[in-house]
Amino acid sequence: MTLSLQIFQFILSGLTTGSTYALIAIGFSLIHNATGIVNFAQGEFVMLGGMFMITFYTFLELPMLPAFFLTIFSVAVVGLLLEQGPIRQAKSKEILILVMITVGASISIKGLSMILWGKNPMTLPSFSGEAPLVFLGAAVMPQSIWIFGITVGVVAALNYFFKGTMTGKAMRAVAASRRSAVLTGIPVDRMILLSFTLSGALGAVAGIILTPITTTSYDVGVMLGLKGFSAAILGGYGSMPGAVAGGLLLGVLESLAAGLISSEYKDALAFLILLTALFFKPSGILGSGRLRRV
Amino acid sequence: MGKKNKIYLLIYGLIIFALPAILQNNYHLMVLNVAALNIVVVIGLTLLMGYAGQISLGHAAFFGLGAYLSAVFTTTYGFPLWPTVIMAMAITGSIAYAIGIPTLKLEGHYLVMATLGFNIIIYIVMIQFDAVTGGPSGFAGIPRLRMGNFAFGSDRQIYYLLWAVSIAVLILSLNLIYSRVGRAMAALSHNEIAARCAGIDTEGYKVKIFVVSAVLASLAGSLYAHYITFISPGTFSFFYSIQVVTMVLVGGMGSLWGSALGAILLTILPEVLHAVKEYNVLIYGLILMVVLVFFPQGLFPGIAGAFANRRTKNPSDSGKQLALAKRA
Repeated sequence: MTLSLQIFQFILSGLTTGSTYALIAIGFSLIHNATGIVNFAQGEFVMLGGMFMITFYTFLELPMLPAFFLTIFSVAVVGLLLEQGPIRQAKSKEILILVMITVGASISIKGLSMILWGKNPMTLPSFSGEAPLVFLGAAVMPQSIWIFGITVGVVAALNYFFKGTMTGKAMRAVAASRRSAVLTGIPVDRMILLSFTLSGALGAVAGIILTPITTTSYDVGVMLGLKGFSAAILGGYGSMPGAVAGGLLLGVLESLAAGLISSEYKDALAFLILLTALFFKPSGILGSGRLRRV
Repeated sequence: MGKKNKIYLLIYGLIIFALPAILQNNYHLMVLNVAALNIVVVIGLTLLMGYAGQISLGHAAFFGLGAYLSAVFTTTYGFPLWPTVIMAMAITGSIAYAIGIPTLKLEGHYLVMATLGFNIIIYIVMIQFDAVTGGPSGFAGIPRLRMGNFAFGSDRQIYYLLWAVSIAVLILSLNLIYSRVGRAMAALSHNEIAARCAGIDTEGYKVKIFVVSAVLASLAGSLYAHYITFISPGTFSFFYSIQVVTMVLVGGMGSLWGSALGAILLTILPEVLHAVKEYNVLIYGLILMVVLVFFPQGLFPGIAGAFANRRTKNPSDSGKQLALAKRA
């Protein structure tokens, strides 16, 4: 294989994982925009997506489509419970406290998953076969096309939701200014609840589509969550197009670095990118640039 | 540091140095030795969380850097022990400075993520860079702690050394928070903009506290390496960062005494709950969540506050308490 073809191959596989990072990054942005907090449990939503899908599809032998939607529903409920329980009941509404509550939630979900599903890695079959397709000389797994297609579909649907529906517009109003949103009669609490539920659902989608190519286990959440967060920072925290661009860029950079430099330090690279982004352009590539320095 | 603190310190010191006489089991001493080191890490973190209003989820990395730098330089390269410990502190402090400068300038909680990312990078390096670190199987044969010709051999001898360090760090920190610097930090944690208006270099203080807390973690890490004489990456994973943060939060974010007690309690607790090792992660997560949801000011201060409320509601009771206190 020539070097240019190799690079093309790495870019394609980078776009695949990058798509899931984008979904996770959007989940971070949704909750950040509604509440101003960083939801550390976002990665656990992804892990739960894979685990629930395995439970419904492999163990309970439901057909794929019902299992898919049941999984999304279940993880959305986990998101809802996280908001209704610890976040809503918290005595202190200080951002720092709320962020640490999500850290606690993340650890608890991880600990519980270890007890429920054990420590062994598990996987799902690909949605449609394992035979690679050849695209401009590079091999593409059918699952990669599913991942890319579903991500594009989800992003398009979210775009419609935020621009075309009343609820979506209300959520954007809350993000722009919570106080003004209250004054115009938007039920802010319900929008916050919705943002957690939607983030759970997005995490679930990412987990379901990613599991066939990467396998899953109880402890993958932290890493995936951090990758998604890095992507969100890279693209501009809180911005939806930024999250997508950041996710894809991070996926491609990571894949190139793993292929051309060293695969052992692949995970370390994502955080090196995060630290570099924080250092040079903390508002991200598509960020508003309004980030305040104190 | 105030009369009250001096009395507390006297009682605390007496209990700590009397304990080995009662405890005959080396295992109990070992648990307490680890608690002493955790206190050193937790005190640094308390200064950061309570006074700079920032959370670090990367203190396991600083603890690990101290341990590995000390271990590698003394064992592989034959450096003398104590200068190496100090060198490790200096290197760790410089790294913390490099991380703190960009992240602490930003509003919001970027330090949380940056430190967590850093923790994971260091963890990966410990595992992958096995030519130097020994990889996943760990690093053995680290020289024991010694001072001049005296080698600290038994858990009992090390107990006095580690607790002396731990108490010294506590005294220095108590002095710090009752100094001009401490008051500046308190102002900064209440309202950063107001503190700036009063002429406090808030950014500088935040970075300095972060560096100090990383240096303390490094010191604890070096002592840990030379005490246990074997280290492996598992000890310095992200979970340890969560554990120390939980200790601070249980003790109350602004309270050094609370944090020290939190560290002792949460170091002993998992040993008591030995039978439920599988549930360790879940238990830590739940403790963290419950404490934060119901006692955001810390478990000990929260309980103390609840008692104080009860007492003021019942004046005759409080009078009785006062009389009892006077008689005592």
